[in-house]
Amino acid sequence: MILVYLIAILITGSVFALIAGKRSHVWPRVIALVSLSIDLILVIFCATNQTSPDNKWLVDYKLSWIPEFGISLHLALDGLSLVLLLLTLFLGIISVIISWKEINSRVGFFHFNLLLILAGIIGVFLSLDLFLFYFFWELMLVPMYFLIGIWGHENRIKASNKFFLYTQASGLLMFISILALFFVHGRDAGSYTFDYMQLLGTKMPAATGLLIMSGFLAAFLVKLPVVPLHNWLPDAHSEAPTAGSLILAALLLKTGAYGLLRFIVPLFPSASVTFAPIGMLLGVIGILYGAKLAFAQTDLKRLVAYTSVSHMGFVILGVFSFNELAYQGVVMQMVAHGISTGALFILAGQLYERIHTRDLDKMGGFWENAPIMGAMGLIFSMASLGLPGLGNFIAELLILIGAFKTSALMACLASLGLIAATIYSLRIVQKVFLGNKNYNGEMIDLNIREKLVFASLVIVIVGLGLFPKPLFNIAGPAIIKTLDSHKEEITKDDGISKNDADGENIYIFKISK
Amino acid sequence: MLTVPIEIQILFAGILFLIGLVGLLVRRNMIFMLMSIEIMFNSAGLVFIIAGNHLKQPDGQVMFIFILAVTAVEVAIALALILQVYHHYKTLDSDAINKLKD
Amino acid sequence: MTIYIALIPAIPLLGFLVLALFGSTLNRKVVGYIGAGSVGLAALLTFIAGAHFIKSLPLVRSYSVVLWEWINAGNLKADISFSLDSLSLVFCFVITFVGFLIHVYSIEFMANDEGFSRFFAYMNLFVGSMLILVMADNILLLYLGWEGVGLCSYLLIGFWYKKPENGYAARKAFIITRIGDTAMIIGIFILFLSFGTLNINELMQQVSVKWTAGSSIAVLTAALLLGGALGKSAQLPLQTWLPDAMAGPSPVSALIHAATMVTAGVYLIARTHVLFSLAPIVMTAIAVIGALTLLISGFSALTQHDLKRILAYSTISQIGYMFLALGIGAWSAAVFHFMIHAFFKALLFLAAGIVILVLNEEHDIFRMGGLRKKLPAVFWTFLIGSASLSALPLITAGFYSKDQILWYAFSSESGNSLLWIAGIIGAFLTALYSFRMVFIVFFGETKTNPSFMPGKQMTVPIIILAVLSVVGGFVELPASIGNIHLFSNLVGNTLPPAVVRETGHSEIMLMSFSAIIVLAGIYLAYMAYLRKPDLSESFNHSRINKFFEKGWGFDTLYDTLVVKPVVWLSGIDKNDVFDWMNIGIARLTLLANNLLSITQNGKLRWYLMSFTIGIVLILTYMICR
Repeated sequence: MILVYLIAILITGSVFALIAGKRSHVWPRVIALVSLSIDLILVIFCATNQTSPDNKWLVDYKLSWIPEFGISLHLALDGLSLVLLLLTLFLGIISVIISWKEINSRVGFFHFNLLLILAGIIGVFLSLDLFLFYFFWELMLVPMYFLIGIWGHENRIKASNKFFLYTQASGLLMFISILALFFVHGRDAGSYTFDYMQLLGTKMPAATGLLIMSGFLAAFLVKLPVVPLHNWLPDAHSEAPTAGSLILAALLLKTGAYGLLRFIVPLFPSASVTFAPIGMLLGVIGILYGAKLAFAQTDLKRLVAYTSVSHMGFVILGVFSFNELAYQGVVMQMVAHGISTGALFILAGQLYERIHTRDLDKMGGFWENAPIMGAMGLIFSMASLGLPGLGNFIAELLILIGAFKTSALMACLASLGLIAATIYSLRIVQKVFLGNKNYNGEMIDLNIREKLVFASLVIVIVGLGLFPKPLFNIAGPAIIKTLDSHKEEITKDDGISKNDADGENIYIFKISK
Repeated sequence: MLTVPIEIQILFAGILFLIGLVGLLVRRNMIFMLMSIEIMFNSAGLVFIIAGNHLKQPDGQVMFIFILAVTAVEVAIALALILQVYHHYKTLDSDAINKLKD
Repeated sequence: MTIYIALIPAIPLLGFLVLALFGSTLNRKVVGYIGAGSVGLAALLTFIAGAHFIKSLPLVRSYSVVLWEWINAGNLKADISFSLDSLSLVFCFVITFVGFLIHVYSIEFMANDEGFSRFFAYMNLFVGSMLILVMADNILLLYLGWEGVGLCSYLLIGFWYKKPENGYAARKAFIITRIGDTAMIIGIFILFLSFGTLNINELMQQVSVKWTAGSSIAVLTAALLLGGALGKSAQLPLQTWLPDAMAGPSPVSALIHAATMVTAGVYLIARTHVLFSLAPIVMTAIAVIGALTLLISGFSALTQHDLKRILAYSTISQIGYMFLALGIGAWSAAVFHFMIHAFFKALLFLAAGIVILVLNEEHDIFRMGGLRKKLPAVFWTFLIGSASLSALPLITAGFYSKDQILWYAFSSESGNSLLWIAGIIGAFLTALYSFRMVFIVFFGETKTNPSFMPGKQMTVPIIILAVLSVVGGFVELPASIGNIHLFSNLVGNTLPPAVVRETGHSEIMLMSFSAIIVLAGIYLAYMAYLRKPDLSESFNHSRINKFFEKGWGFDTLYDTLVVKPVVWLSGIDKNDVFDWMNIGIARLTLLANNLLSITQNGKLRWYLMSFTIGIVLILTYMICR
């Protein structure tokens, strides 16, 4: 029941915020903050409620909805969703705090949309019924469309249209796949159901599996995003208001990654292995192409948006490596990237609030007057380039080692992304904070509210970098179960052992762990 | 009395219909379009008469009377509309009334 | 004992935290105390730990302490754990002690700078990271320290951030070293995936057991780790960042780009020498790279005008000597030279810093001159430093350390007389450019007058370093002179001794030969730059001089081959060619819209005609079925 409350509180909160917005500007913000905080406390309560280890889910709730079609209200929480829920609520609270002074028109409607998006995201992470999953997937879209379209910057209509059409079209492909899976399972097992637990292990011929998987893949690859389906991202990120960019970059992209881990790998074991080489290649292309584009941008938010493309390339590289190290890295990357890129977007938003431009050529030399902002920019740029001691390093390290096990070539190419990340991250710091001043007005340093936000983000990212154990402990069991069931399903060995000219075996550890 | 084969009778009604149709498509003036529609109506009625005569039933002639009544009403309303159109557009050219385009 | 090991890196890091968070609100004196004091405290602890360690030899070879479990995912286990053995002890001693002296110097040097607390925060972070690097028990923690010092180097080179050129130099340093670091991390991947552990001692054990000498995997892994070392230590081909790094303040150049960070590569190779011993090709490569680098940068140092750039190229050259020693298996000779080099190079940079400061930021040596009488303390210490650098026979520490390397270059098992010849030419060049520096800056007529005299905080550290540059060598005297082997005995607990083969020549003969070469170099410098300057005039303006001065064209080469193509490549696709997919779909839809709306033209007869055609078609279809 607690899982239903999580979503219900946000939805009621959104309605209250909408109503309160007619009276004052402050009440919607407070209501949003309060409902998110209640949810966070509930989730932390769930986290401490550990069930027996052989039970797959920490919390499980099922209610029959439309039994004629096999649709039920099935929500469940395991380690992976728990980590993502914590990230969602934490960053949700931060997004409300940073829009405190930024959004001044139609505040009630803004927070209505914000809370609905977060409710949709939480629903996506919790739902185990494919129909319900699709419902929440679409729920995330429409309020985000309004968020970008009403409170965004100059090109907002074009950006929001692009975002909506892209995600909607790919979502429809996923829906077709869901229906196809529904029918295939029904014909095969006799019972027509949308329930995830029963759809696991559906027997289907390889070609069908590949086809159905492509529908799901379309939606998740667009969301992730993966080159060449990534074009909605720079526009949406740069034209959205700060809270919108934060939620887009930090949370919405993770729904794609979550989909890969939760749906693609378990539901289509052999098809996913067939797709794996292409998947890893797309990951490497994403890493390098995203970095190349990031370096060339003159709009700060667009630059950070392209770094998201680059970092998410690591995620898809890791998912298709099929080993525990890479998957732990993927979970860590989801959290660390959310925090570090989110922080960079918040920084860009604060700069915009002060100087009303995102153009890098008009910035420079801000460290002198705003050293704390500069220090924050430095810390999160260092996180972006993967400096050890911060969370992103551990994520990228684990993914690269995991990928190296499966395909050494891909991992080496992806490592070039580390050098590319250095180039664009240092560009951010140099252009914004160092060098000559190009802006003639006054630059004010961070105020208390902004300092608090950044302080909490810094603590989290450094904590992840130095003490990643709690995260690995929470998400670990879920990942191990996913991989074990995946290994059971497939029969062929996807290990690659490299033989050098002397005939020696380089890898003593075989891939099938 | 001459017995005209039924095919010729239907053919005659068909030709009458075609004359009306072509007139409708070709003429620009709305009055003439209305007259062509009249001819088409009459040809339809003729087919009913022919059928009634052929099947030795009075229903055909009954239908024709129906058609006459409906036609009369329709002509009345159509002429009223054409009057309004002329009042507004000062012309009876049907190509001039194309405001409903894309 | 173990608590000391944990505290040694922790105290400077704590200093960094305090200064980063509260530095701007604290009094300058307090900042200075915290900044220099934390490193001083670490030095004290190193002494205590070192004394304890030396006393417990040879029973205990190393001490370790585990602080907390860092990563535990799958079978990848890495802890935050430190260990102290003789190799790390030597490095810790140099880092903390020389670091402390440099911090004290900086209190006066940076006294008028507005970024005073920021400077000390970064310096403390650097010392902490470097200590983590040398004391790390597992290779991932070493990598953390490795990147940490890279970060601090970037921050400190670009310390005076208002000038864009400094930012550019800082970025150049970071990016070039990152290229090396990426090679190194791939090497770490291979090591981990082959043996399942990240602990350095365990790795080295497994490597010696499971990999055979000369196998391609050992060669590959060693080459990758070498890549990292080359980047950090500014050796060929990744040496172009160090001369530009002189944009940072002189204490930074002294600490990071002379004494410590650039020697991290030496540490890495020494630490993983077991792996390198299994890859003879790589060892040869190290020696050859070392030899080439020391020659190339020696020639470049001869032609520079900027005082600090001479010292920068000199550093690259001296590290070339260390790499040469590593490449031929003379591990302890390399570490010995590292220690002595740290003393005299830090001294030279600090003294140069004083000269530049009192001459109001004058860097060009041809606008200095005659400072011998004006800055006596600086002159004498600089002279001692240069003498040590040139390896003046018998009385300087540099002689003993450099000569040891030259001896092993000639006589060790993997040594080669070609390498020895390169070393000798290098020694000649070193003497030549060092004394060129001394004669031009301190002799002759004064072109710029010092505006003030340096205070105690700046002069005492350089005097201490000068003393060390003389007596430091006496812990390791060759067999023919004093036969003291304190240093190599200490380091020998961790590093194997170099194997010497029978040659026809004795050590004394080679030593005398190199002594003559050094004296000849000093004499030539005296003649060409002091007595008869016109001898060097034609050389100063020659084409080859320009070529050497520009670093043998490496910068231009990299600019053309790498930098310009990358910038061009990223610029041409700025608007993302994949966007054409979306634009294409949008245009297609609009086109279809335009085409179809032609059919909605509002004409009645048009619509009627379309009815008729439709009915005819349907009727035809129905009839023909």
